This record gives sequence, structure tokens and C-alpha cells, in this order.
Amino acid sequence: MLLLCTMTSEQPGPFPKTPTGIDGLDEITFGGLPQGRPTLVCGSAGCGKTLFGIQFLERGITQFDEPGVLISFEESKKDISQNVLSLGIDTEELIASNKLRVDYVRVDRSEIEETGEYDLEALFIRLGHAIDSIGAKRLVIDTIESLFSGIENTAILRAEIRRLFQWIRDKGITAVITGESGDKTLTRQGLEEYVSDCVILLDFRVVDQVATRRLRIVKYRGSTHGTNEYPFLIDEQGISVLPITSLKLEHRVSTDIISTGTPALDKLFKKGGLLRGSSTLVTGSAGTSKTIMAAYFAASSCQRGESTLFFSFEESADQLVRNVKSVGLDLSPFVKSGKLIFHASRPSLQGLEMHLLVLHKLINQHNPKTVIIDPISSLLGAGTMNEVSDMLVRLIDTLKMKGINAFFTSLTHTISEGKKDKTVDFVSSLADIWITLEHEMHDEHRLRGLRIIKVRGMGHETELQKFKITDHGIQFVGRKKKTAIRKR
Amino acid sequence: MSKEPLIELRLYIAGQTPKSITALNNITRYCKEHLAGKYTIEIIDLLKTPQLAEGDQIFAIPTLVRKVPEPIRKIIGDLSNEERVLVGLNIRPVKPED
Repeated sequence: MLLLCTMTSEQPGPFPKTPTGIDGLDEITFGGLPQGRPTLVCGSAGCGKTLFGIQFLERGITQFDEPGVLISFEESKKDISQNVLSLGIDTEELIASNKLRVDYVRVDRSEIEETGEYDLEALFIRLGHAIDSIGAKRLVIDTIESLFSGIENTAILRAEIRRLFQWIRDKGITAVITGESGDKTLTRQGLEEYVSDCVILLDFRVVDQVATRRLRIVKYRGSTHGTNEYPFLIDEQGISVLPITSLKLEHRVSTDIISTGTPALDKLFKKGGLLRGSSTLVTGSAGTSKTIMAAYFAASSCQRGESTLFFSFEESADQLVRNVKSVGLDLSPFVKSGKLIFHASRPSLQGLEMHLLVLHKLINQHNPKTVIIDPISSLLGAGTMNEVSDMLVRLIDTLKMKGINAFFTSLTHTISEGKKDKTVDFVSSLADIWITLEHEMHDEHRLRGLRIIKVRGMGHETELQKFKITDHGIQFVGRKKKTAIRKR
Repeated sequence: MSKEPLIELRLYIAGQTPKSITALNNITRYCKEHLAGKYTIEIIDLLKTPQLAEGDQIFAIPTLVRKVPEPIRKIIGDLSNEERVLVGLNIRPVKPED
């Protein structure tokens, strides 16, 4: 029996699943929650349990035409409707159209006396009535543990809760049961004892003053599932989970060549440019014109008529446009035509996961062909080294999967030349193309140097190329220019 | 003897279960003893009218609700403990029998 469970992993599984419609969650559960069975969603106060439940119902109604019932022990109908209205969920409308039923079960110890034998049959009747009246396929019970504070006789209560979960299975309704986290157990009252089909843990923690929400599937009987902790986001569109590690190394590759935006630089590559869908890393200390390179890259992408997303973590969009104008590059037409979309924010404004989610959301929303992150190194400030590297892997994988041209800049510190910068080390191994920029003092003049360290899938110039930033952009100087031209 | 207000009670049951029958027998007996003529008992079978459970916030069976006078009081269980029931309903026992 046990063997059977573990063996049936690869296939869709013997149990049918109900998609939640929550972004990302259905991917890490490989299809959704166990159909016709209860799922326990637990977490501490404020972790988003109730929202999880309501969104499960709302998506069920709007995306899968499955009516749902919410049994709330904590909030009244009115409170719930107000709370989720800001997330664009209009419960009142759903109730009016007979797709949703909300039953608020108020258990007030002060007005209840107990004497002798009883059971919770009335609760079952209410549930059954609510479900049958709209033909519900989904049920959310939030949070049944409230009963423990309202009822003295916990022996009866426990027996009845056990019966309730069995009742849900018999009824064949897909249910989400929420529970408050306990000290040593997943839930305060050990609900996980009764719900053994699927348990999801929501977590809300603050690390270095930055809050991150995470979701983990603790167990899922009879099904494989992602086992990691997945960051999730609650924003105006509700919950979205980031199924990062479900990505695989099996993206399709292109043989198209695209320009870097600097013709002289293109010539340093054997094929006259970069492969489409590759990721480029440009590193250098402060003032080595990384951002200018990024801006040229953006401009060339826009000139090809491709939409471009520019994440700027150090300059505002206006500032950046103004600054690159001084080297003869005018990005404003692209901004106006909507080809170039800027997203400027401070890295420390939000947690790393948030950044990643925002990146993902914008990428999904705008479907860009090119994504630029300037500089990727400033994200370091938003998380620990491990987190940053995790995030970068996920990000680069996502971009790869979508065949997006990625362009990252990274700030390196010249002072600590001996000690290699960890982000650079890390990103440079992931990136397909790595270009370093450096300063060079030359007879009182400061020249900039460019060196291509690696290019995956094509030959390249290996010598140091000297260049100047002029009113007309990047200009390569000296004999290096000739060699570059000599090449075809 | 001051004129005491009428007490309106509701007993929620779900079919003729032993617990419900016990509760009904108990409350009828207490009322006859202590509230002769000053009470009404309405029995609501939720199997027949499930929609009524929400209004009085019923989740347990059997539940006795004192609707009038306010505030509403609820006693859940088979009402086997007379003292608790009377205290719960705020009924002063009529002179204890000798």
C-alpha cells in the first residue's frame, strides 16, 4: 500500500484534482487540491489563510464555474466582504448571483451554557443546507478552531470535527479548512490529525526588517508536489505563488543574432552580435558606463520594435533618460511609444521575493522581448547571499524559458580586487555573455576599457578594447578599433 | 406575586434522537414545575427547516434558546442538569419541594 503511494508519482495520480485558480499554486501542486477532499491550510495570524480560502472560492466561481460556500467562524459576512473588496473580490455580488454563500457561525461563550450530551449536528445541517442550496462544489471553513474557545467539552468537539472531515469526504466536496499555527504542532488543536489528505503551511516572517510570505506543501497524499518553500505575494490581485524551482533546463534556443546597440561592440563578436534569448552580464566599478551600455541595449531592442522592460534600481526613469541624452542617446521616443517600460524602485523598499514577484508580474503583463536590470548587484542589499543567488537563478531561468534577451549590470568594487565579488561570480556563471568594464589612466586621460570574458556559443575578441564616452555615444579608440573592423 | 413576564423558549432538534427527546422531556418538566403558565416552547426540527439554524446561530443539537426576555440565552446539551438550566435561563426555582 505504501509502496503503491510512492510509486504512482510521475503520472497525474489516481486522485482527481481541483484547480485553485491561485497563480502558481496549481503548478506546484501539479493540478490543484485533492478533489472532493479536505485540505488544511495553516499558518499564524495574518498569514493570509482567510484570503487563501476566499480566493479559492472566488476563482472557483469565476474561472471554473464552481459555486462555493464559506463557513466563517471569525468574521461576519460584512467584515469579510469589506476585507476582500480591496482585492477586487465582490462577495456581495457573488452572493447575489447565487454562486457564493457565506454563513457566519458566531460562537459566543458568554451566552452559551452547556449541560449534558450534545453534538454538532446543527453545524452539519447548516453546512449541508448551504451547500445544497447553491450546488456548491467548494467549501471553505475558516477557522474551525474557534469552536474550541466557545465549547467546553473538547471531547465532543474533537469527535465532531473528525466526523466533519469524514462528512466532507462523503459529500465529495473540495474543502479548504484553515487552522491557526500551534507551538509544536502545525495547528493549535492538532487538526492535521484529522485532515491527512493535503496540508499547506503559510508563513509570514520578517528577516532583517523585510517581510516575506512563504508557502509550503507539507503533505499531499497520493500526489507529488513541489516540496520547497515558495514565496508568495498578496497584492491587489490577491495571492500569487512563485513556483520557481519547477522550472527546468529545457528552454528552446534561438540562432538569431541581435545587436548590443553599439555597432563597434557587435563587431567583437564572431557572429556580429549576441544570440537572441541570451543573458548578458556587464560588470565594472562605478563610472565605467554600465548603465550607458544598458541604455544602448534597450534602444536597439526598441528599434527592432520589441518591447523592453528596464528595471532601474539606482536611477529614476526620468533621470536615466536625461543622463543618457548627454551621450547622444534619446530614449524618450521609445518611452512615449510604450516600447520601453521603466520600472524604477529602491532595492531595499521590499523583500527580495517581492522584487522577484514584481519582475515576474511585469514580465507576464508586458511580455517583453528584452529585460534589463540595472544593476543586479544592488539587489544584494535586499537579501542574504543565498537568497540573492536563488533569486537570480530563478530569474535567469524564467527569462531563458521565455526566450527573453536579458541584460544585467553589476557593480564591482575595485578596492577588493583580491576578493572576488560573490554576486559577480555567481551571475557570471549563469550568464551567457560576460563583459567587464574598467578604468585605465592614460597620460592624464582616463580611458575606459572593455573586455569580453566569455560568450557561450560563439567566438569573440579577447583583447582589451579601449573606448571613450562621447557626445555621440561609445567610441572605441586606438588600433583596437581597426582590428575590430578588419574582422569581416 | 408580581406579574412575571412571559418566557419564550425554542428548542432546536434534528430528528427524534435520544438526546433531543431527553432535552424536550427535561425542559418540559422544569417549565411545568417552575414556570407554570408563563412560558411557551417552540420546537424546531432542523431536519425539516434547516434554514432556521442560521438565525439563532445554532451549531449544536439540542440547543435551547431563551428568546424572550432579552438578552438571548442558549443552553446546549440534553439539559440533564436542572440547576444549570435554571441558572442559564435565569429562572428562579419555585419553592423547593420538601
